[in-house]
Amino acid sequence: MDIKKIIEEKGKKPENAIQILKEVQKINNYKYLSSPQIKIIADELGLSESKIVSLLSFYTLITEKYRGKYVIQICTNVSCYVNGSNNIVKEFEKELGIKMGETTSDGLFTLEYTSCIGCCNIAPAIRIGNKKFGELTPQKIQAIISKCRENL
Amino acid sequence: MNKMIELIIDDEKIIIEEGKTILEAARKANIYIPSLCYHPSQTIKANCRLCLIEIEGYSKLVTSCSTKAEPNMVVRTNSDSVKKARKITLELLLSNHDFNCSICSREDNCELKKVVDKEGINDSRFLSFFTKKPIDNTNPSIIRDINKCIKCGRCIEVCKNVQGLNILEEMSRSHKMMVGIPRGKYLSDILCTFCGQCSSVCPVAAITEKDDINKVWLAINNPVKHVIVQVAPAVRVSIGEMFGLEAGHNVTGKIVTSLRRLGFNNVYDTNFAADLTIVEESYELFKRVKEGGVLPMITSCSPGWINYIEQYHPELLEHVSSCKSPQQMFGAIAKTYYSEQLKRKPENIFVVSIMPCTAKKYEASREEMKSDGVNPDIDAVLTTREFAKMIKQSQIDFLNLEDGNFDDPFGFSTGAGTIFGNTGGVMEAALRTFYEMATGKALANIDFKDVRGLKGFKEAVIDLGDKKVKVAVVHSLLNAKKIINMLKENRADYAFIEVMCCEGGCIGGGGQPYNNQVDVKQKRIDALYHLDEAKEIRKSHQNPFIEKLYKEFLIEPHSDIAKKLLHTTYNDRKNKPEV
Repeated sequence: MDIKKIIEEKGKKPENAIQILKEVQKINNYKYLSSPQIKIIADELGLSESKIVSLLSFYTLITEKYRGKYVIQICTNVSCYVNGSNNIVKEFEKELGIKMGETTSDGLFTLEYTSCIGCCNIAPAIRIGNKKFGELTPQKIQAIISKCRENL
Repeated sequence: MNKMIELIIDDEKIIIEEGKTILEAARKANIYIPSLCYHPSQTIKANCRLCLIEIEGYSKLVTSCSTKAEPNMVVRTNSDSVKKARKITLELLLSNHDFNCSICSREDNCELKKVVDKEGINDSRFLSFFTKKPIDNTNPSIIRDINKCIKCGRCIEVCKNVQGLNILEEMSRSHKMMVGIPRGKYLSDILCTFCGQCSSVCPVAAITEKDDINKVWLAINNPVKHVIVQVAPAVRVSIGEMFGLEAGHNVTGKIVTSLRRLGFNNVYDTNFAADLTIVEESYELFKRVKEGGVLPMITSCSPGWINYIEQYHPELLEHVSSCKSPQQMFGAIAKTYYSEQLKRKPENIFVVSIMPCTAKKYEASREEMKSDGVNPDIDAVLTTREFAKMIKQSQIDFLNLEDGNFDDPFGFSTGAGTIFGNTGGVMEAALRTFYEMATGKALANIDFKDVRGLKGFKEAVIDLGDKKVKVAVVHSLLNAKKIINMLKENRADYAFIEVMCCEGGCIGGGGQPYNNQVDVKQKRIDALYHLDEAKEIRKSHQNPFIEKLYKEFLIEPHSDIAKKLLHTTYNDRKNKPEV
């Protein structure tokens, strides 16, 4: 869908910026927003590019950095942290051969931190796309990764 | 007048207007509360957490900058818990700060260092998690050193609320939050106007002007170079503040003497070049009005404004006067006429200008600003702050200097040139000349009071006898945006518009002494008008040395040589190459 059409639909006001950014990101398969797209949105809403990039850097659902097909978001908040989210991060880094914040060279996986995703009851938890996985241990990680690969 | 209320701070009774904050009450009574993010001309941010105080009956410490004073409040600024909280806050700030104070450009006027000294902190108990990040120094005007940033947000606010640009923003969140710009690391990659307002509100050395002092010292100490200097009008009423004088103190004489002591061969006045600008600009306006050229005509002396219109609204560039700014006119004359008179090669003349502005550094580096196509007309630009630093480096006792006089021929100026330094000044100066050009009659009342003052948007109607012309004056880019919108909607029925990039005009420039607040700006403006009134000649075209310059060299306004040396062209710079 056309960016300008999305903006018309959501309402051409600065306060709708986040909704617009989320919608436009859908064009790129939920992955990221490109700088030409950011420029168009900023111009249309009368905001500066800095403001839009600032929004993108604040919220984990939207980003300007290119991300892989599967974005693995690991919760860093207290419940997950005390239940060992650190070990989950280490396991993912080992299995995928990348560091936190990076994308695998085949463009399949990106590792990210996220704030609380409301899964404290099943901590430590992660989110991949719209799916949530909880009560994780390092042993369960490989299965999750192969499940993603199978879905290709 | 508001109702007055009484409260007690540290056992002292204080009476203050209702609605003021506790911090304001304390400052009024000379009670010290440290603060870093608070700035008198900005909104309350309450993010540095240094101004915490204790109020009787409150369970927690509160920030005094964001808490209103209430009747009969009992406040403590020095209790044990306040002191402890303050210390922890400062230690946390220091744990992520590059505190190389001895080689820092802020030296004696760093707000953070002052607070640390006052609190008597020698060490931070917290493990330093400071890692050195790259410095943004690719543009000729401003250096951004993120390693020194304390994230107070003053720069973000001035960029957004005063200039309406919002170039600087908070990036990322939580402890990773940084003041930053999108994508590319450098201000030169994005549409920054280099106005430097961010540098004039920064409490530390995170944003500073690019230091050109050494370049000037090298030239002074080079026997081949003939080093001359010009001083902008706004500098003379503000530099005293760097030496403890009150705002609005005119120290022109001391500036001249100190420049001679520093080793400059000749000391000249930018006001002279301002007079020259007025003659050229008024003539351009006269021609445009008479011959039906593009109107309204907009002034071109503010380099921040030129950067703004070139980068944001290039389609309106035909409205901008083709005149160079006074700084560049001076440079062009110095490297041609002056060099001929002196019988010295232009490349052996080193022209320094002392400006209240950071964007002037960029302007001087522009390709269009080379009269011979090779050497820049202005070799170095120092801001008011840098000039003060140079005086301090040389151990000159500035306050006790004898008064000196500018050298002739470029040291003589009229009152019209003087008021270039404040908002409305260029307009008023131009009108004094334009009126006489248009009507052929002498102007009796030369004070155009309607265009004076700190109001953001000013209008006036000038009666030329057979017709009336409307003019407008705006300052700060947020107000400039209003004029731009009016122009785009064809609602601007003005003949002439003055735009100054910074609030208050040059006296509020980005290179001016710190504490650039409204009352300070007003005092600087008043001082310039006093100087204007004291001058014998107050119309630019009556400056005898300007008349001589036209007779000997420039022939007449807009002659071929004047067009070549004193006028310039502008470019569409809206689309910067993708980084």
